[in-house]
Amino acid sequence: MTGLPAIELRQVSKRFGSVIALHDIDMKVYPGEVHCLLGDNGAGKSTLIKLLSGVYQPSQGKILVAGEEVRFRSPRDAAGYGVATVFQDLGLIPLMSISRNFFLGREPRKGVFPFQRFDKERANAIARKAMADVGIQVRDPTQAVGTLSGGERQSVAIARAIYFGAKVLILDEPTSALGVHQAAMVMKFIIEARLRGLAVIFITHNIRHAYPVGDVFTLLNRGGSQGTFRKSEITRDEVLSIMSGGEDMTAVERDIERLLETIKR
Amino acid sequence: MTEKSEASPVQGVTPKNITGADERLAAAGWFTRLLRRPESGVGCGLIATAIIFAVLPGAGALYSLQGSMTFLTLAAELGIIAAAVALLIIAGEFDLSIGSMIGFAGVVIGLTVKHMGFPLWAGIASAFGVALLVGYFNGLIVVKTRLPSFIVTLASLFILRGLAIGITRAVTGRTQIPYILDDVPDPWVAGIFNGHVFTGFFHWMGTLGWIGVKSDGSPFVPGIPMSIIWWLIVTGIAGWVLTETRFGNWIYSSGGDAAVARNVGVPVARVKITLFVASACAATLLATIQVMEAGSADTVRGMLKEFEAIIAVVVGGVLLTGGYGTIYGAAFGALIFGLVQMGIFYTGIDTDWFKVFLGIVILVAVLVNNYTRAKALGERSTP
Repeated sequence: MTGLPAIELRQVSKRFGSVIALHDIDMKVYPGEVHCLLGDNGAGKSTLIKLLSGVYQPSQGKILVAGEEVRFRSPRDAAGYGVATVFQDLGLIPLMSISRNFFLGREPRKGVFPFQRFDKERANAIARKAMADVGIQVRDPTQAVGTLSGGERQSVAIARAIYFGAKVLILDEPTSALGVHQAAMVMKFIIEARLRGLAVIFITHNIRHAYPVGDVFTLLNRGGSQGTFRKSEITRDEVLSIMSGGEDMTAVERDIERLLETIKR
Repeated sequence: MTEKSEASPVQGVTPKNITGADERLAAAGWFTRLLRRPESGVGCGLIATAIIFAVLPGAGALYSLQGSMTFLTLAAELGIIAAAVALLIIAGEFDLSIGSMIGFAGVVIGLTVKHMGFPLWAGIASAFGVALLVGYFNGLIVVKTRLPSFIVTLASLFILRGLAIGITRAVTGRTQIPYILDDVPDPWVAGIFNGHVFTGFFHWMGTLGWIGVKSDGSPFVPGIPMSIIWWLIVTGIAGWVLTETRFGNWIYSSGGDAAVARNVGVPVARVKITLFVASACAATLLATIQVMEAGSADTVRGMLKEFEAIIAVVVGGVLLTGGYGTIYGAAFGALIFGLVQMGIFYTGIDTDWFKVFLGIVILVAVLVNNYTRAKALGERSTP
């Protein structure tokens, strides 16, 4: 990949008191590329996302957006730099309608003060179109987000990020709570976003969801990076074995076999 | 995309090309859509209540012009504060100090006009000034400390009531301030709050014998009381702000999920503080109306009004947990309240039973709310 990375981490570390949550992470994510961040529970994925999205600030190291060093003070600040995060809890309000959620905090307005109003017709039309662009036909943009399926909710959050000009899209475990069909739907959104030239960071612990859509894989384990690999350089099984700490897994398998033997007897 | 189920080959089933995602979602008919509106439950409740009192004895008196004006005035007085309380509850906060604020604002008007020689307009302006401060401090403490507003405003409830009684007794030696409207330089100001509109029309109807008149020829009901007009104005503004403006979107989001709202840049603290100010101001408006009508201020005015307002709001389909509901629902709730209160009076049933009835109405309303919310979320439970 040539050109400037859309977002880059240089030797980033994060400590909470004496606990080292992340150490010396290097990562480059280019436009039009899906960068999968893989790791088991406790590997430091959540901490890394929170650094990338502006919830936390790094203890050490630099974050660069389009080659320039930045310091995100909040998720809103990060969004201002074009780094949008779709959190696991989605950042949507279930009791509010699709279009109200879509434009929350950035409502289009019409009319003159003091009769300035929320332009609901425009909001509905734009929300409907933005959703259609990622491949979801909304029946009614005024229906509550709570009535949508998990995959459709993801599409609202992703369509919103794309519409508001995100350059980097961070997806935090978007498929973890979904069934097979819904997960496939979300993977389709990821490809849509990639085709639009966004840099996508896809966090998951599910290799079966990551491998088909990923271009690059960064593997995390115990707060450190286990390396970054292009898809051509690594097989699915190799990813899996590095993720789980390689050696450990064979040891676990041996233990289980021994256990089964004892039960048989 | 806006096709209704009529366009569907099978009634109640949406054509596949419309959803694209899930053909199992049935199209919502107009009736379900109506039911999904937050005020649908209270609308049905209002109709049911009106019918019940129409068949009970005393219906003639209740639904006469005089009876109607009486229960509408009761509804209006409650409705003015219910509109503000509804906004606040939708934004996820409570204001229990609103009843005490009514008493306190009345005392401010009484003391400034009667004992400090303020003209009426300045006395009323002072009361609203105090309301701004009280609302601001309530809001600021809730937002800064992140304590539940229930506790913070419970404290204000006692502080304001205590101040009202303490100050009044210290200054006047009593707990009431009578004859406020005597000798004021601007008595016309009182008319804005205690007058009637359409008096000419009502007089004309009286001369035609359409409505009852006194022996001097003036009608029993001189016009529509200003309190009802104020109720309509307050409800109109609050309803418009909630559903039509950006600020309204922020109100819903602050109550729906404050963390999410903050994340996308909604100034949640500002929204909440503004609404605490609005609720204190609504209490002051009601206090002004009452003081102008009675010509006196009483330190115990507004006692329990905070709970009556919450009842009207909850009966009106607003979720106590915030994020859902409408102002029109709260207005319907206030209407039921006024109707039941006067209805029981006219039926001749001992009015002691009013509270029993009230309790049952609350319980039914909450159950209906639960059901309508499930409808709104398509039977899906969400955190």
